[in-house]
Amino acid sequence: MADNVLSIEGLHKSFGGLKVIDDVGFAVKRGSRTALIGPNGAGKTTVFNLLTGVYPVDEGTMVLDGRDITRVPAKDRVIFGMSRSFQNIRLMPHLSTVENVMLGQHARARRLGDLLYPLGLMPGNRWARAAKEALEDAGLETYPGQVVANLPYGVQKRIEVVRAMISQPKLLLLDEPAAGLNQVEAQQLLALLEKVSASGVTLLVVEHDMHFVHNLCDHVAVLNFGKKIFEGTPAQVNDDPLVREAYLGSDTSMAGQQNAAPAAGAADAP
Amino acid sequence: MSGYLESQLIILCLNVIYAYGIFLPAASGQLNLGAAGFITIGAYSSAWINASGAPMYIAIPASMLFCAAIAFTIAFPILRTRGVYMVLATFAFAEVVAGLIINLEFLGAAAGYPVESHADYLVVVPVTILVVLLCFFLMSTRLGLAMRSIHDDEAVATLFGVDVRLAKVAAFTLGAALMSLGGALYGHHYNYIETQTFNVLLSIYILLYVLLGGTQTAWGPLVGAAFFTVVPEALRQIATASGHAWIADSRFIFFGAIIVLMMVFRPEGLVTRTMVDRAATPFGGGRSGAAPAARTA
Repeated sequence: MADNVLSIEGLHKSFGGLKVIDDVGFAVKRGSRTALIGPNGAGKTTVFNLLTGVYPVDEGTMVLDGRDITRVPAKDRVIFGMSRSFQNIRLMPHLSTVENVMLGQHARARRLGDLLYPLGLMPGNRWARAAKEALEDAGLETYPGQVVANLPYGVQKRIEVVRAMISQPKLLLLDEPAAGLNQVEAQQLLALLEKVSASGVTLLVVEHDMHFVHNLCDHVAVLNFGKKIFEGTPAQVNDDPLVREAYLGSDTSMAGQQNAAPAAGAADAP
Repeated sequence: MSGYLESQLIILCLNVIYAYGIFLPAASGQLNLGAAGFITIGAYSSAWINASGAPMYIAIPASMLFCAAIAFTIAFPILRTRGVYMVLATFAFAEVVAGLIINLEFLGAAAGYPVESHADYLVVVPVTILVVLLCFFLMSTRLGLAMRSIHDDEAVATLFGVDVRLAKVAAFTLGAALMSLGGALYGHHYNYIETQTFNVLLSIYILLYVLLGGTQTAWGPLVGAAFFTVVPEALRQIATASGHAWIADSRFIFFGAIIVLMMVFRPEGLVTRTMVDRAATPFGGGRSGAAPAARTA
């Protein structure tokens, strides 16, 4: 148990009659970089939303760093050492870059004295300094009055990671971090995540870009229609027939068709 | 100070206090159209406590506490509503308060209620300054940051550990206490109150001050209330001075046009976050708004 930062067992979630998560269980080893992959609608983001408490679970348990968080309210889970980024960027559009990062410190500053500390009147306060340093460490410069809404997409993605990291999580959940990034931005993000991982934080990543997964992750769990169909290394994932059929797709069917009737392959390919 | 200027200053001060009372919930994304209700409670409770023998400087804080207690109680059902439904719920609350007062004989019912102690501008102005300072302080704190985060994205604020319910209730309750303070000062300044003064038009105006002034920084309600107190009055003065009576008669048309133009050209209010920061750092913020030069790792 001790070397798993997160273990999920027998997770169930239905929306009305639709079973979105059906008996999913997996463990995330401490310090690992685990990917959660699967086709659209497989339930990957739902797993994240159950983990962070956006939805209550129907059945099952989630243990974070030895503590059962299944019934912990969403606002308290970040204290237990879990933080996330979002599939669609969800930075606060009316806050400055530094203030967005300072929101990430909230979990560590919930005492009355901290809540009433005049951050805005003390420009050099330790919270603002820490936020600026974290941004600089991630290779991001900031200007006073810089509102995040005007920043490039790739930069916003990295600010989200910085905001999540400053809450000092043990487990960082990343929901499609590379989606919508160009090659250069994806490389910069990868470099940032390598750095985060090297600092001892465990990564759990939902991602469609298999190239990105191969570059970053050392462990993969595959979901399909709310069920876990595979768990193993990225290298094994490519060879698993179930995963190929459900997600990676065409190669297997093409190969089969080529054996039977090579000429028909191209026409039948979906 | 001339009597005219003093009367205008008092109106400005009261409007500023009311505006901050609506601003605090608005900054955390809640639209409150119940200003008249809280102002009524403040004015009547302070007047009644004062009439029962307590001096003004006890009656006013007591009325604020009383109003805060009421606001705290109704915050839980009201804050379950959102957007336009919250507007309706708070409006309904104000109507209930007016309906109650007009039927309470011991508060003078429809005939109005005389107020004993008098508060002149030497009381009203310093109190207003304190309120402004308090709100600037509050918005600069982490609680203020949490409130602004809730305004932008409640779900994400929750995931970073913000107690959304607590912050919303705190903003709503504190705002109600401020409006109660404004109402109490109104009563003690004019020494006569009646429910008809605190009608829905007042609630609408105060909400307008805040929304058109801007909800992102503590400057918004100050600028909004000042603008909407001074501009109509200035138009009237211009009309009198120039001898064109039609300007005075049609000043509300100008005023309406100004409001529409502001909504078109400053949809997020007169004072925005970016504007304040740029004004605060005229030299250092030269490149603000431009993309940060992301150092290639």
